[in-house]
Amino acid sequence: MLRSTDMIRFSWQVLVRHRFRSGMILLAMALGVASIIVLTALGEGARRYVLGEFSFLGDDVLIMLPGKKETTGGLPPLTGIAARDITLEDAQQLKHRFSGIESIAPIVLGSAEVSFQQRSRNITVLGSTSDLVTIRQLTLARGRNLETIDMGRASDECLLGQTLVEELFGSEPVVGSWVRARDYRCRVVGVIEGRGDAFGMDLSDTLVISVASAQRLFDTPGLFRIIMEIRPGFDMDEAKARILLIMKELHLGEEDVTLISPDALLSTFDNVLTAMTLGVAAIAAISMVVAGVLIMNIMLISVSQRTAEIGLLKALGASARDIQQLFLIESLIMSFAGATLGVMAGFGLVLTGRVLFPEVPFYTPLWALLGALTIAMIAGVGFAWGPAKQASRLLPVAALYQRR
Amino acid sequence: MIKLSDVCKTFYLGDQAVHALDHINLQVEQGEYLSVMGPSGSGKSTLLNMIGLLDRPDSGSYWLSGTETAQLPEVQRAELRSQHIGFVFQAYHLVPRLNARENIELPMMLAGVKPAERRKLAQTVMERLAIGHRAEHLPRQMSGGERQRVAIARAIVRKPTILLADEPTGNLDSHAGEEVMRVLEQLNDEGITLFVVTHDMKLGARAKRHLRMVDGQIDADRVVEGNAIDSLEPAGA
Repeated sequence: MLRSTDMIRFSWQVLVRHRFRSGMILLAMALGVASIIVLTALGEGARRYVLGEFSFLGDDVLIMLPGKKETTGGLPPLTGIAARDITLEDAQQLKHRFSGIESIAPIVLGSAEVSFQQRSRNITVLGSTSDLVTIRQLTLARGRNLETIDMGRASDECLLGQTLVEELFGSEPVVGSWVRARDYRCRVVGVIEGRGDAFGMDLSDTLVISVASAQRLFDTPGLFRIIMEIRPGFDMDEAKARILLIMKELHLGEEDVTLISPDALLSTFDNVLTAMTLGVAAIAAISMVVAGVLIMNIMLISVSQRTAEIGLLKALGASARDIQQLFLIESLIMSFAGATLGVMAGFGLVLTGRVLFPEVPFYTPLWALLGALTIAMIAGVGFAWGPAKQASRLLPVAALYQRR
Repeated sequence: MIKLSDVCKTFYLGDQAVHALDHINLQVEQGEYLSVMGPSGSGKSTLLNMIGLLDRPDSGSYWLSGTETAQLPEVQRAELRSQHIGFVFQAYHLVPRLNARENIELPMMLAGVKPAERRKLAQTVMERLAIGHRAEHLPRQMSGGERQRVAIARAIVRKPTILLADEPTGNLDSHAGEEVMRVLEQLNDEGITLFVVTHDMKLGARAKRHLRMVDGQIDADRVVEGNAIDSLEPAGA
């Protein structure tokens, strides 16, 4: 029986001696492992990025959109009439009739040219109420929130996003200044801190005014959507049912709105993105199999090149098992070294990605790392098994007296 | 002690059966010096491989110091080989990437001997064969005679009871060949059983027992006193 240290040393000498061959296997293995690490990091990064974008909304928030999104089949509407708008009055009625609503932020969206003195920019104008700040958990860098008034009343107070402030005001004082959007003038009472982002919408480049003013500005009776926060402890399903019922009454018996809860939305995204990560991981795993096949080929060539040596080892007292083990260990050393290189290269790339794109949280999940290493080892040993077996079965005579 | 009884081995070249060993019966006592001669393809090398446990008989039995080996599993045959048999080949068969000492240590490594002990034993054998100064040299840095002496050192370092030499001087000039033969014969004097397979009549005649093989059979088996070349039947008879 060979001592294991001797076995490793012997295999190591073989590998060092055949540098090119070893290098190729090493490269294939390293690429396979690195691609699993990098691809899962991309997938997981995307997942975390999207979840992060939505996480500002608590799980007690409901979003109402105009129109019924049919996802359960059934006949399409025969009337051909567009869905009824959700109006400000609907929002008022909801708040009035259903005590489960803690706060409610109707939203009107439009774009307009906003100017301060000589400077102007074409940006998004968002009409809402002071509740927007609470529901979206926005922080104000300066000033205060919009005044809390009846949502039917137009107000001349507004909030500005930070980018807009920098571009319109520069270093001039903001709070208390008047800005103009078309023929509407409003007084800045506060500045929203950071991006305040959500749904990929960047509030840093936005003017927030009262909803009634926005409806007048854009001349629209309809709301883009309503965001509601349900009172703590209130059952979300019941709240949904109650809200839909009220809307049905308000809309003459027709259920023509859609209610979305962010956690449902999130879990859908989560599922899709997890599936995507698994998908790319599987693709990367295929590259490991390719690496394995390469190992098998190179090992087969190695066996046929080293028949004389194999015969000699047998003549010197090596058993078939010794020979097989020598070949397996050789492959194992290669796989291990290749996998280690791959892990280093993979994490190097992931770290580089984090530096280059700090907003995306690239991250290789532990299962991917362990999976990559396991597959590398299995591919290394599994694909070397056949050639090793073949080597061990070589008749020593045939091997020794082979004409060369 | 070696005993072969009715050992047969047949190879197939396409459809044609070649009886490399055809009912071989042979008994060899410890310490004998045998030469095996005969035309190419007469089964000399097959006989050597059979005795060296590199090959397995199709039928018949082979006792090696009291153990019937024909039916033994491969692991145990390898073990017997490691304990009893030393091989010396015409083409040396040194591992090119290993230096002289590592080549000599190879059978001990395969047997699991500790590194320190291996080194000591290898050193002793190398000094005995006058290649101590070549310990760290690779095979390609050595002459043919030195290579063959490294191969002999490797064959005897485990203190085998049987030394099997297949054309040991075939690749050497007469001077180096003579030196190698002297080393082998000295080992025989110390009690090792020595087989020399050769085409060279002069070389074969040095042995004390001459086997002549034709078509897989032992055609002649003579014990000779002294070194009489004429006691051997002329080749091709």
